[in-house]
Amino acid sequence: MSLSLDEVKRIANLARIEVGEEEASAALAQLSGIFDLIQQMQAVDTSAIKPVSHAQDLMQRLRPDIVTEVDQRELFQSIAPQVEAGLYLVPKVIE
Amino acid sequence: MQWEIVIGLEVHAQLSTRSKIFSGASTAFGAAPNAEACAVDLALPGVLPVLNHGAVDRAIKLGLSVGGKINSPSIFARKNYFYPDLPKGYQISQYELPVVEGGNVTIHVGETEKTVRLVRAHLEEDAGKSLHEDFHGMTGIDLNRAGTPLLEIVSEPDMRSSAEAVAYAKTLHSLVRWIDICDGNMQEGSFRCDANVSVRPQGSDRLGTRCEIKNLNSFRFLEKAIDYEARRQIALLEDGGAIHQQTRLYDPAKDETRAMRSKEDAQDYRYFPDPDLLPLEIPASWIAEVKSGLPELPQQMRIRLERDYGLSAYDAAALTADREIAEYFDAVADKLPSDPKLCANWVMGEISSYLNNEGKLFDNCPLSPAQLVQLLTRIKDGTISGKMGKEVLRQMWIQSGEQAGGWKRHDSEPVENLVDEIIKSQGLKQISDSGELEKLIADVIAANSKSVEEFKAGKEKAFNALVGQVMKAAKGKANPAQVNEILKKKLAK
Repeated sequence: MSLSLDEVKRIANLARIEVGEEEASAALAQLSGIFDLIQQMQAVDTSAIKPVSHAQDLMQRLRPDIVTEVDQRELFQSIAPQVEAGLYLVPKVIE
Repeated sequence: MQWEIVIGLEVHAQLSTRSKIFSGASTAFGAAPNAEACAVDLALPGVLPVLNHGAVDRAIKLGLSVGGKINSPSIFARKNYFYPDLPKGYQISQYELPVVEGGNVTIHVGETEKTVRLVRAHLEEDAGKSLHEDFHGMTGIDLNRAGTPLLEIVSEPDMRSSAEAVAYAKTLHSLVRWIDICDGNMQEGSFRCDANVSVRPQGSDRLGTRCEIKNLNSFRFLEKAIDYEARRQIALLEDGGAIHQQTRLYDPAKDETRAMRSKEDAQDYRYFPDPDLLPLEIPASWIAEVKSGLPELPQQMRIRLERDYGLSAYDAAALTADREIAEYFDAVADKLPSDPKLCANWVMGEISSYLNNEGKLFDNCPLSPAQLVQLLTRIKDGTISGKMGKEVLRQMWIQSGEQAGGWKRHDSEPVENLVDEIIKSQGLKQISDSGELEKLIADVIAANSKSVEEFKAGKEKAFNALVGQVMKAAKGKANPAQVNEILKKKLAK
């Protein structure tokens, strides 16, 4: 499986990464290398292996449904670029 | 051409946990902006999500209530997109192995019963809120809602009309409240629907191209949005056009749907398992525990009310529309098993309208089931008429204040007989002494010779006029059936 330059640009756009032509070509070569490696690994017979979703063979610990956080808005907003009326201000979002 | 409408719904139910799904911040509604947004909700560097036991518990409850399969392990995934009210740049959701898979919901439209199959129900976190009012050309972000637990319940495209879609949404709304996993408050956004709508020629088994209508927060808008959207698609197809897969928004002011974004620029969410969250294990013992704590479900209760109490399908449906009315009725009928229909009529009629007027729910009904039964018993044994019963109820309502903690906490306590007291003190007792009644009737006959003649000449209406006169003379305290009987007898002479 090989990747096209357009696909690289699309992925970069989805991830909000700005790439120039040169960078895109470099990324294409690197990503294609990774795909080649995956292709190689796909030759291994894994039919008897249970699929995993996580590298560690552990199960998730849960927390009880209790409110443990207090209001620290002032602290958190002290590092925000712009706040008003308790809100974080960001550049206008147009849908 | 005859067209068939095909609808599937995605419902987002906000789960009624105290804290958020992955953080210990409060979920209480109406706090000051960002007062309930902690470091995890803000996605500050180095934070890690820890899953709330209460959110999983509620998802299992729903799963068992719809007969779905509970997956173990269940996996959390990242859904990637960029928006300022989503500080991580991804929403933690589920993709493969959601907590609940399959299941179904029985709905009723008119006399018809129908089963709607579910695809899945998965846990996810809500995003924050963007305020687009003018902040010097900027957008304000409130992250209090970020991280609030949601259960997204996805149906198969099994509905064929807006009426069916509304019936399904209402049934699900009633169910999540019944099993106490969501407060169902639609104004506050605790229960929101997205509708997938497509049309196809009647008889076709292929699905047409669908459009998704987002964020419908009332049953009325759900119905109107689907009706509009179906008309739009049919008109387009009949004009030789084609449907483009789109996300649309419903505008209630204009009663129309508008394109929000089309498939071409639709997001590619690039789901992948969240490395911050290990697989969720739901042991059989947990499932068994949730199962044993489930109440009788509305559908089961509906069947029981029809079978054991002989109620009509309509009454049984109305009484099981919400758990509070159902529990109240059950307590009343349990104390007066000889006349469940009378109980149903009073619970759905008088009591409901009193509560509605005062904006109260059945749990806070000032009149306990035991008190209502005292009243109904006096109506049944003929001490007072149904009409007088309403007057007694009015006075009982004024006299009995709200019981702290609702009637359920006091249901086993003895109650004084307010009914007999009111009947006695107000002299509302029916005249059951037939001697007294006969005298009254004789007086009425003597004073209304014209009506008597008319009746004897075959005018049935005149009889009712006489009954009315007797009731008036008795100040409403006569038993109408008894009056009829005596009057007929006397006039036949």
